[in-house]
Amino acid sequence: MNLDEIQQIFFQECDEGLATMEANFASVRQGGHDSETINTIFRSVHSIKGGAGAFGHERLQAFTHEYETLLDLVRNGTLTLDSDLLGTIVGAFDMLSDHVAAARDGGDAPADGAMLARLVAASTPSAPAPVAAVIADAPAAAAPAGDGFDDFDDLFALCEAPAPAADGHSGDWQVTFVPGADALENGGDPLLLVRELTMLDGEVLAADVSRLPLLDDLHPERSYLGWTAIVPGAVAEDDIRGIFEFMGDCDLTIARIGMPPVAPLADNDDDDDTLLVDLSEETPPVVVPAPVAPTADAPAAPAAPAAPVATILPADPATPRTVAPPPAQTIRVDLDKLDRLVNLVGELVITQAMLAQRLSEHGAGGISELTDLDHLTRELQESTMAIRAQPMKTVFSRVPRIIRELEVETGKRVRLDIVGEMTEVDKTVVERIGEPLTHLIRNAVDHGLETTAERLKAGKPEEGVVTLSAAHHSGRIVITVKDDGRGIDRKRVRAKAVERGIIAHDAVLSDEEVDNLIFAPGFSTAATVSNISGRGVGMDVVRKNVQALGGRIGITSNFGSGSSFALSLPLTLAVLDGMIVTVGDQTFVIPLGHIVESLRPEEDGVKILGPTASLLDVRGSYVPVHRVAEQLGIQGAQTDPAQAVLIVVESDTGQAVLMVDSIQDQRQVVVKSLEANYEAIPGLAGATILGDGRVALILDVDALISRWRRDPRLGLTPLGLAA
Amino acid sequence: MTSSLSNANLPNEGNPVSSTIMTVDDSPSMRMLLKAALSDLGYKVLEAEDGVEALERLGGACSAGNGPDLLITDINMPRLDGFGLIEKVREQDRHRNLPILVLTTESSDEKKQRARSAGATGWIVKPFHPDKLAAAIRRVLH
Repeated sequence: MNLDEIQQIFFQECDEGLATMEANFASVRQGGHDSETINTIFRSVHSIKGGAGAFGHERLQAFTHEYETLLDLVRNGTLTLDSDLLGTIVGAFDMLSDHVAAARDGGDAPADGAMLARLVAASTPSAPAPVAAVIADAPAAAAPAGDGFDDFDDLFALCEAPAPAADGHSGDWQVTFVPGADALENGGDPLLLVRELTMLDGEVLAADVSRLPLLDDLHPERSYLGWTAIVPGAVAEDDIRGIFEFMGDCDLTIARIGMPPVAPLADNDDDDDTLLVDLSEETPPVVVPAPVAPTADAPAAPAAPAAPVATILPADPATPRTVAPPPAQTIRVDLDKLDRLVNLVGELVITQAMLAQRLSEHGAGGISELTDLDHLTRELQESTMAIRAQPMKTVFSRVPRIIRELEVETGKRVRLDIVGEMTEVDKTVVERIGEPLTHLIRNAVDHGLETTAERLKAGKPEEGVVTLSAAHHSGRIVITVKDDGRGIDRKRVRAKAVERGIIAHDAVLSDEEVDNLIFAPGFSTAATVSNISGRGVGMDVVRKNVQALGGRIGITSNFGSGSSFALSLPLTLAVLDGMIVTVGDQTFVIPLGHIVESLRPEEDGVKILGPTASLLDVRGSYVPVHRVAEQLGIQGAQTDPAQAVLIVVESDTGQAVLMVDSIQDQRQVVVKSLEANYEAIPGLAGATILGDGRVALILDVDALISRWRRDPRLGLTPLGLAA
Repeated sequence: MTSSLSNANLPNEGNPVSSTIMTVDDSPSMRMLLKAALSDLGYKVLEAEDGVEALERLGGACSAGNGPDLLITDINMPRLDGFGLIEKVREQDRHRNLPILVLTTESSDEKKQRARSAGATGWIVKPFHPDKLAAAIRRVLH
């Protein structure tokens, strides 16, 4: 594994860390945080900092350093997390995301000067300016600590010591060290240091055994020895000093042989310039006082009397404390390998179906092994699909930031509620739902929510609420973006649609149809296109994107109390449960998710309204009947409803009935794309290969029904039939 | 009182072939960096992703007779952090002399003192250069 590959893993970790942070911020905002919440946020930043340093992302490293410093103060209780501080921390989080993105994509690091200043200011207790100045100076004062032994220089001059065997080493280093008595604790071993000196081509001149006690008093785990060594003068002093870095309490002198001391003394009667210094006996150890950082004395709480976050956003006592779930254990798999597996399983499912068919043709369809194989295949398929499934969290976790930015841009106050973020859906869906979802969120804040003044006037809480939820619903995932804003003003929508020539001025439209006008191309209700929602992308594009995923979008809106956009998407785009039906000489698959019931009508159950229109009486309510053969132009199909099979289906626009000739089977089919293999056909969602090897087309129920509903007075493109 | 000491009596240069190092870090990329660097130096590497796993693996490896010769641990980790891990390790008599290096991003004296008083033998400042890593290991590996 080379460095680049490790770096890729580092960036994945960054993403996970950022997601973890976002989740924990949510806990903090809901007042449900504890010390571990802050700790987790701290650790995420800390890890990113470590990796940033390792891979040479200096700007990212510098930024995370200041960020970490501030978080550390919050973590250890020096700073109290109030709303101002939280604002800074969350703001820095957004910038951290940008930094990570810049480091990954090789782009320019964001301009973080202002944010760094904010971080530093927040890390500095709000005390009189002089204190801050002292703090700023503290590192400088601390710096000489490592070189504190320089003080010995003055002492060298006072020493007169024998100079054993130091002759001929002029210019070399003479290193004398006496490890502290505890040098053998914690796995330390002074002898290793001697070895290090020899690796620098050093030569040990003498061992100082003067402190060795008598045997009775000798403690085997104490260090009593000292050494004197000569190291070539070419070696840097720092390299020598580095060897002793881990020795805490160690008397160490490093001096150049033959170099005069700082101030040569007159009474130095030694004709040899060599100095040998052993301070261990005569001189008490020089203790370099650790500079006491003024921060240690700083008041524990910042002076700003801001209220703690918890009181601003009181935790609902009825709801359990939200604790971010621990990160899941994962294994990373190359997506190509996974897709290959999914494809193979798809082929296996088809082959299994073929095998079942062949066996049944030979009268062996009932054997139990076949049923077992069917179960296993299905389970294998579900498990494979589950590997591709991802929680909506990966998409939802980006929303808080979008909301924060929108709050700044619009001046509105928004609370985001997220429900069901662990709901899982296929990776493809997760990847492609982000854009339409972002647009809906922007739309909800920009157009949906009123300004603060308007809200107060309407007797609503100042803070608008946007609820983002995801849930599984009859084999699909339903994602809802709901706001408690002004709702859709149908009069205005209608007027705008007439003005733009989207509908005739006398068109008769239901509320639902008026609401759906906002999905019409070229429609925008904002008086002026704002720079938030109106980035040249309309709701029509949102709908198109959703449809491309096999999804539908619906609106419910109450004027004055808010709107809700519901996206209904398939959990996977690869398989579906379907009912196999025949129409004329063709075989079709109707997705089971749509089917409510199937029935043969009674004699007078179907009311004929005209040559093509008829209604079915389903227990008292009339439901329009769609003849699939007519819709798709198939010859030789059953035309008498009384002789046909009627299938009641649920669609975007309510219930409807599809008329087919007969039902053959109900089974799971592997979806093969028509677009990828042929071209998109209105009214068809795809194709599949049946057990006998024949191709069957999969009906797009919504499209079939909306096509029928198409009102010539509406310029709307029917669902699924975009040209 | 001095006596001469021959360099020949010094321990050999930490024969890497026979030495095993356990790395403890919650960041997979950092573990991989360490593993890459340590493998290049010829050490065998055991890995754990936090203090709790490190204690488990340490116990397991020692029972199997191939306990590590050195522990390199990060400080900030979930479940059991580096300081906690060192404390637990030092509590066990057989590990009282196990060399332990902590990975730290800070090179301040305060942090070093904290590491030392927690029972660490030494430290490695992140980001580390492989040569510095090798030197730090040589200074503590028996």
